[in-house]
Amino acid sequence: MCLAIPMLVREVKDGFSTVEYRGVRREVSTLLVEDINEGDYILVHAGFAISKVDKVEAAKTIALIDELTDGDIPL
Amino acid sequence: MKENFFSIFDAFKDDRAVLRLIERLKNKALSRPLKVMHVCGTHENAIGRFGIREILPQNLSVIAGPGCPVCVCPVEDIYLARELSRLKDVIVLTFGDMMRVPAPCGSLSDARMEDGDIRIVYGPFDAVKVAEENPDKEAVFFAVGFETTACGVASLIGSELPQNLSFIISHRLIPPALDFLLKTGEVEIDGFILPGHVSAIIGLVDYIPIIKRYKIPSVVAGFEPVDIIMGLLSIVDQVESGESICANSYTRAVEEKGNPLARKAMKDAFDIVDALWRGIGVIPGSGYALKERFKERDGRRRFSILPSKEYKDEGFDCSCAGVMLGKINPDECPLFSNKCTPDTPVGPCMVSFEGTCSAWYKKGAWS
Ligand code: SF4
Repeated sequence: MCLAIPMLVREVKDGFSTVEYRGVRREVSTLLVEDINEGDYILVHAGFAISKVDKVEAAKTIALIDELTDGDIPL
Repeated sequence: MKENFFSIFDAFKDDRAVLRLIERLKNKALSRPLKVMHVCGTHENAIGRFGIREILPQNLSVIAGPGCPVCVCPVEDIYLARELSRLKDVIVLTFGDMMRVPAPCGSLSDARMEDGDIRIVYGPFDAVKVAEENPDKEAVFFAVGFETTACGVASLIGSELPQNLSFIISHRLIPPALDFLLKTGEVEIDGFILPGHVSAIIGLVDYIPIIKRYKIPSVVAGFEPVDIIMGLLSIVDQVESGESICANSYTRAVEEKGNPLARKAMKDAFDIVDALWRGIGVIPGSGYALKERFKERDGRRRFSILPSKEYKDEGFDCSCAGVMLGKINPDECPLFSNKCTPDTPVGPCMVSFEGTCSAWYKKGAWS
């Protein structure tokens, strides 16, 4: 029940967005997350977007992993 | 790094990265054995699925705490939902994993077989739909879950809703549970892996006073294997340097202040109350109740069903409490995987996806 899944935003509407996960589309509420755009990834839980997945932060963490693994992992 | 955004998710699953990070973890000479607790069913599933316990250094263990909201839901609330479902023209709506939770009063599935009208929904919005489609009936949403679920319900409470929809709020909050675990000191814990998605909602602020009070190294972690091992590295670093902070290794989803809209919605809709956790006891300030101004949405008030004295404080018929408090592993329960399986669950820990026993049972299938 607490499972939140990153889903790709396909279409943005007022208060709702169409998102896609593994080829399946559904509508989720975006009342709790501002500034959602097509192409964003959002974490969806029980029909609500609860957070955006920040691509810049993801890239920073990957850079850190790269450093911690001595840069020889072809990430 | 590849351009494709999907590769960002792949990076956190990368086997070679996992192995190199584990190597790094092993190279850190731990001066004593460490026990790190997580409090999230999704973490337990990820740990089981990716076999993380099996590759950790010997003196580093990860145990599961009370991370299953379905498991800690008190029997008196299950009883209330059962009784409501048997009233004429009342439909009770809840999440699928609540249905089979064993309880001395009978499960919600049992109630359905006894002609109770209980339906499974994916989320609170479906409850609104059912209420709209059944204007001549009362729809009651049995709202179980931690902050991740509570915020969605809270955002609905403040909006325009069908007259015939009410809520049984049975939400529970994570930070007071951590405080409780440390205060009772029944389980030795050297560090916390904090739940990524609860933290996406509440941020880091509520954890900080607890971390300071008990000097407990902590880290918010995501759910891919790399995330979990990065989290463990942070805990080990904190222990070795004598620090205790609330680190965040899940910055792609968690901001320090959490989700301000979600926090506000919860603050507007709910009062914080002391709440019973099944098998654990009453934890101060660990639950939500609807604010007075939303009293007409409160299913506990709308229907005159008296709380059951008989099922108050009712725990488990099995070792679930020990499992949820991290005192024993599921395989130390004599019923595990013989009498108690996902098809024949004896305790709620074997029912829900988030239950530790269910995760351990599945791990057997994965390995
Ligand atoms: S294995 Fe079953 S009976 Fe044993 S603690 Fe887990 S849920 Fe309870």
